[in-house]
Amino acid sequence: MEFLLVMVAAAAVILIVSAPFRRVEPETAEAQDTGTSSKVAELEAAREAKYREIRDAELDHRTGKLSDEDFHSVDNALRAEAISILQALDRAKEH
Amino acid sequence: MATVGHALLILGLVVAVYGVAASLYGVRTGQRAWVDSGRRSMYAIAGVMTFAFLIIEVAFLRSDFSYNIVASASSTTTPTFYKAAAVWSTQQGSLLLWVWLLSLWSSLALFLTRRRVREIVPYATAILLGFCSFFTMLTILFANPFSTSANPPAEGAGLDPLLRHTTMMIHPPMVYTGYTMLTIPFAFALGALITGRLSAEWIQVTRRFALAAWLCLGIGVLLGARWSYTELGWGGYWAWDPVENAALMPWLLSTAFLHSIMIQEKRGMLKVWNVSLILATGTMAIIGTFLVRSGILSSIHAFVSDPTLNISFVVLIAVMIIASVSLVVYRRAELRSESQLDSLLSREAVFLIQNLVLVALTAVIFWLTFFPLISEAVTGQEQSIGPPTFRPFVVPLALVIVLLSGIGPIIAWRRVTVANLRRNFAFPTAAAVVAAVLLLTAVSGVGGHTFALLMFCFGTFALAAVAQEFWRGVRARRAMTHEAAPIALFSLVRRNRRRYGGYTVHAGLAVLLIGVAGSSTFQHQRYATMKPGQSANIDGYNIRYVRSTAVPSAQKISFGAVLDVTKGGHHVTTLRTSYGIYPSQDPSLGVVGRFFNSNSVESRIGLDAGPFHDIWTVVNAADVPPLQPYITEGDAKFASLLTAISKLPPSAQSSQLSTLFALRDRLITELTQRFVTHPWPVQFLLIVSPLVSWLWFGGIIVAFGGLIALWPIPVLARRRVRSAAYAARLARDLA
Repeated sequence: MEFLLVMVAAAAVILIVSAPFRRVEPETAEAQDTGTSSKVAELEAAREAKYREIRDAELDHRTGKLSDEDFHSVDNALRAEAISILQALDRAKEH
Repeated sequence: MATVGHALLILGLVVAVYGVAASLYGVRTGQRAWVDSGRRSMYAIAGVMTFAFLIIEVAFLRSDFSYNIVASASSTTTPTFYKAAAVWSTQQGSLLLWVWLLSLWSSLALFLTRRRVREIVPYATAILLGFCSFFTMLTILFANPFSTSANPPAEGAGLDPLLRHTTMMIHPPMVYTGYTMLTIPFAFALGALITGRLSAEWIQVTRRFALAAWLCLGIGVLLGARWSYTELGWGGYWAWDPVENAALMPWLLSTAFLHSIMIQEKRGMLKVWNVSLILATGTMAIIGTFLVRSGILSSIHAFVSDPTLNISFVVLIAVMIIASVSLVVYRRAELRSESQLDSLLSREAVFLIQNLVLVALTAVIFWLTFFPLISEAVTGQEQSIGPPTFRPFVVPLALVIVLLSGIGPIIAWRRVTVANLRRNFAFPTAAAVVAAVLLLTAVSGVGGHTFALLMFCFGTFALAAVAQEFWRGVRARRAMTHEAAPIALFSLVRRNRRRYGGYTVHAGLAVLLIGVAGSSTFQHQRYATMKPGQSANIDGYNIRYVRSTAVPSAQKISFGAVLDVTKGGHHVTTLRTSYGIYPSQDPSLGVVGRFFNSNSVESRIGLDAGPFHDIWTVVNAADVPPLQPYITEGDAKFASLLTAISKLPPSAQSSQLSTLFALRDRLITELTQRFVTHPWPVQFLLIVSPLVSWLWFGGIIVAFGGLIALWPIPVLARRRVRSAAYAARLARDLA
């Protein structure tokens, strides 16, 4: 009984671990193109962070932590940075 | 099933080693199938370890004493609840718990990142599987939970009475969850360094795990403090014990990390700092595990020292440090900041100062924790370090942290004008000044305790700052949406979980540290030896020992006391405390003596907890001098009777032994009852502490804030990101 249990566990482990080698369909282009997808993912992460920063600045302004003058200056800078990230993202996706 | 368990451990080790090789081979050759196979190795280990852990749990629940760890840490009389928890009271069981939790959390992390950070993941997988290999190897070679005995005892030694506490069911799994989760950002940080992909991407992927680790470790530390306060019988909650410090240090470093990564995410700054911080945090988590396991520093929480185990840990820690430092130095050029601080009057600057203070605090605790070991190595004599050595360093730094936790929320990112700063600081500063005036005028003796007074003021400042932020946020939201205040508050928090979860944590920390300052500075404590009818005074309270109690049971003998607390002639509360003695398994203590002279004891404290003060007491009934002559006489008589019975034919022995043990039980019951009929004086520790409840309440607020910050971003917020993206694109087109 114990031997059988160990064999079942070992068989289950082999099945789980070897599953990727038993895949019949070819890898997607996205999966193969690791370099480009990594660059896109990196830029998307930067874009998310920038959006969060813009939203934070807006909330800081609404709650009175940033004066109108400071907010416009910060907001303009952040939006400019966001635009350059979006441009880079478009370029990366085109490749 | 022990053989199955052992085989599963070996299977786990083989799969972990295979997974390391597959991940590295896959990433080096660019063959995705090998990388995926490496990742799936972790899933397989999680399954294998779950099975192994279940086997050992079932052995404990069934009181299967053929397992050595069950015989050493459980018994048939141990309540089921504690049988389940007894697994991690042993070195072997807790190491298995470590591997199991590591495999579970790593599987979750690798599953969630299976289509992200593709270049980093294979290295992170290999590192996490490397940790799995190490800990599984330890369980196989040095601390095998599945080792069995050919001649199992009829009864186990039982769980250490000190561990029979509700929080101990949750405390170790929480701390281990924290430790194991911290290895995830550690592995991804190393992966980012190896691949050179050092943007904020790896941080975004692992931030949630760092936050969850911080939360679990924090809850674990707090539960440990609660256990210390209610179980250990010394009246304190924190003793700067090495094992307590071992959990606190990675918590402090992860607190710093969770703040400083925001600067990298937003500004691309502090890359070296962040990566170094998380590598240090991960290493500190392993050092913490090592301290508990090794017993190299004397601690009530540590396991027995094992030199072979210790060497293995030292090698692992050395490898982690060398790899971390080498990679950071190798990548130093790519880790340069993308921008600089715009202003010293900005949240970035506050975070930076807070980071420096937290790291300094960790360094101080690390130095003082290891000082006994260092002094022994240098002078040959181990010097003990206690709370008074820690306080002069820790208290000022804690004050700065509380102050900064108030400043952080009310200062904006990037830059702030002085006029704006004045406007935001006015209310919290006024609140702190009012608190100082009220305390100095209404509470006598506060003025003489500068640090405590400052902590109360800074804590008030932080609470007022957070309250102001919530108020302004709700007001701004109501102006936009015209929602009712409670709905506006809910929506505000829901849409900005990181921000308002963080603010809630800051408020909780302020409450917690106010509690620490109050309870440690203004505590009254005294010992009093009393007989029923006698009383003692402490901090204006009269505590009268009303009557003694005694409860003999199969599990333990319990001597107790009922005390009446009055103030100014008015009844305040009734306290009940007891001292439990568990029978020893050592036959040399005598047939009767082993029930009274055991080292296996526990204290049940009498506690009246209130919002402003706790009245705490514990009875020490370890000595039973009035019973000793009876115990000695009983031991002698029963020994001679046992000798006589052993000479009888085997068929007659059983019934005679039953009669003898029934007599013994009756004698023990009668001796125990003498504590009620002929009570002797016993010593009480009496403590009146203000604001202890604030500590626990503050901890709950911190945990609540952490959960808010941890909760996934709602769909609505994601939608907003997309609309913001369109807005930014529109702005670009217009330009």
